[in-house]
Amino acid sequence: MSVRLKVPTQLRQLTGGAPELDVEAASIRELLEKVGGDHPELLERVLDEGGEIRRFVNLYVGDEDVRFLEGIDTPLKDGEVVVILPAVAGG
Amino acid sequence: MAQVRELRCRECERTYAVAPIHVCDFCFGPLEPVYDYDAIAASVSRAGIEAGPRTVWRYRALLPIGDDVERVDLGTGCTPLIKADNLARELGIKHLYLKNDMANPTHSFKDRVVTVALTAARAMGFTTVACASTGNLANSVAAHAARVGLRAFVFIPADLEEAKIITTAVYGANVVAVKGNYDQVNRLCSEIAQTRPWGFVNVNLRPFYSEGSKTLAFEVVEQMGWEAPEHIVVPAASGSLLTKVHRGLSELHRVGLLDAEPTTSIHIAQAEGCSPIVAAFRSGIDHIRPVKPQTIAKSLAIGNPADGYYAARVVRKTEGTAEAVTDDEIIAGIRLLASTEGLFTETAGGVTIASLKRMAAAGAFQDGGRVVALLTGMGLKTAEALSGRLGPTVEIQPDLEAFRQALDFLELEDDLREDKRP
Repeated sequence: MSVRLKVPTQLRQLTGGAPELDVEAASIRELLEKVGGDHPELLERVLDEGGEIRRFVNLYVGDEDVRFLEGIDTPLKDGEVVVILPAVAGG
Repeated sequence: MAQVRELRCRECERTYAVAPIHVCDFCFGPLEPVYDYDAIAASVSRAGIEAGPRTVWRYRALLPIGDDVERVDLGTGCTPLIKADNLARELGIKHLYLKNDMANPTHSFKDRVVTVALTAARAMGFTTVACASTGNLANSVAAHAARVGLRAFVFIPADLEEAKIITTAVYGANVVAVKGNYDQVNRLCSEIAQTRPWGFVNVNLRPFYSEGSKTLAFEVVEQMGWEAPEHIVVPAASGSLLTKVHRGLSELHRVGLLDAEPTTSIHIAQAEGCSPIVAAFRSGIDHIRPVKPQTIAKSLAIGNPADGYYAARVVRKTEGTAEAVTDDEIIAGIRLLASTEGLFTETAGGVTIASLKRMAAAGAFQDGGRVVALLTGMGLKTAEALSGRLGPTVEIQPDLEAFRQALDFLELEDDLREDKRP
């Protein structure tokens, strides 16, 4: 199934400037692994050495923070939009 | 911006030229201004500060704004530090002080961060400023923007207290009520900030904005005769205020305004219905598990706090304590403060007072040291939290006999016999 990944401005230098990537993936994990194949540095910025989402990274599927879903194992449906954003904002 | 040499990532220490950016490109850690503390130490003095304006700008040497920059200033700061003996007696605290930030121009501590953020925004050339807000920030951004003719977009959760919406809209700001909670509003603003050339005070201007909170620490120390108190109790939403109060205390020592390294314990107050930082502190790890807020303290209802990690660490490092209080305790806290000290604080202040009470009961202040509690916002803005709980003591017809019967009903006659005519 095809999902769209929205890349924040801070990481676009790693995607050749692309603000969005369309990827075939059935989970967040698969999405990140596939993106990481083409853009390994982007994967490093999102996941730590243990494969967990980094402290200062927020990942959203649709309206929801994946930390409220199944984290990195959150399944994805066809046409869903995944957003990466820096966590440090607001307050 | 003369004093700030650069911005530095708090995590990986990469440095960036001064610009409207808020996170490190590499690790997404927060950026903070870097000062030349030696140069500041050489030029700053207690007497110089005391001779400065009666606003936060008396501490301009430790704010990220150059001396030659025209300020966006409504007269924020130098709010009263009140010795609260009645409340102290009630709670069994030896020395209690209240920092009354309700006395700021838009009646909350947010004026401190906004005067800095909008001054930076204007100096950088922004024509539109914006924010994600739980209400107090909305008020302050709208007011400061009006003062200097900047366009303002203020994003709030749609279920905010009506008073906070009115007290934002009155300044002419564009108020965008978002059908979601604060964390969703905040996310939306992060996305908008990537597409529009706007100065979001708590997104891309956050490194400048958050520095304004240090002035609370500066003022408390100056008002105590240039001594740091033994305890400060801070309400927490994002955790930024708490973190910056700590940074402010350290900086005063770094530039020679405090003789000794402060040993102030910083205690955190949250609402039970939104207490991710208290939970992290109690669990012994600094990992923040985001929550879906459910509390009447809407100004503290941030479920995914940006500085939660740092705030939990500050509380631990300074040997502070943490409390999370229920909605009923918040209401009781508001009423206790009002009835003992004559100060009407908002729900966030109720959280502070209720937590203060719990901390005192648990022995957090047993050293007999000076305790300062921060009252960050005023009660009229959240008066609806009390509606249905408070009203007239009695309602009567306009005649003397009706009043006499009312006094009978209230069984106050014995007390009233002690009344003396002066």
